[in-house]
Amino acid sequence: MTAAEKYVAAAYLVVFVVVLAYVLIIATKLARLEREVAELADLARERRVREPEHKAVALG
Amino acid sequence: MLPANCLPALAALALGLMVAAIAVVAYVAPVDADQGFSQKIFYFHVPVALTAYAMFGWGAWKALRHLWKRERGADLESYVAIHLGVIFGAMTLLTGSIWAKISWGRWWVWSSDQLVLFLVLFLFYAAYFMLRFSVEPGPRRANLSAVYALFGVALIPVSFLAIRISKDIIHPVLFKSSGPDMSGTMFFAFCVSWAAMLALAATLYHVELAGKRLDERLKELREVLAS
Repeated sequence: MTAAEKYVAAAYLVVFVVVLAYVLIIATKLARLEREVAELADLARERRVREPEHKAVALG
Repeated sequence: MLPANCLPALAALALGLMVAAIAVVAYVAPVDADQGFSQKIFYFHVPVALTAYAMFGWGAWKALRHLWKRERGADLESYVAIHLGVIFGAMTLLTGSIWAKISWGRWWVWSSDQLVLFLVLFLFYAAYFMLRFSVEPGPRRANLSAVYALFGVALIPVSFLAIRISKDIIHPVLFKSSGPDMSGTMFFAFCVSWAAMLALAATLYHVELAGKRLDERLKELREVLAS
């Protein structure tokens, strides 16, 4: 491999690595959003369980 | 806003164009008589730089829409475009440095106006994030960010024209008023590479925007459920 070929490969590798790093960051954010959605789903489920109790108290 | 089902198609287009660009550069574009094989860096370096300009321009356009029409979501779109512009700007500086080392024997040349002006433009937009995140989220932050983004876009023609106005002999000028100063095959390879970079930038823009919008909606949902 000549010096010129090494430099060309390095330049193309830079673009590839930067895009890969960006995808990695986006994947991390996506994992966080997934966790948040799960938390909110739990919260909504808890509220649904609690709400009939409130209604029963109000009626009683 | 891009329909959700169009994003995979855009990503597939970007991937296809990227593979095509690498193939065209490797097998179709001729080896430059003057610079030799190292000139092939041009096919990624220049499209990356032009895409950075395009993202800064798009960010400024969205900033203008925010200030002028109070368009909903324009502030977020402007922010995402500038974020990607800075990423493509960093790639321009890195690939440019590698090309400079093989062509001129140095990683950086301070006497080249185009290099220094691009660095100024990059640092100006890097400072955009310092401004944005030093202000509390809300209309004030959106307005300040929009004004800053609009000031920045004025630097693009300065950066672009400086090399043509000054007598810079280090950095080559390939796009002249008479047309591109390269063979038809080289220009074709350049166009495919630029299309690939634009498609990649558009894909990343919509992916990041979708993530940010989802984040905002989740915050709203959390507030509703907490109340």
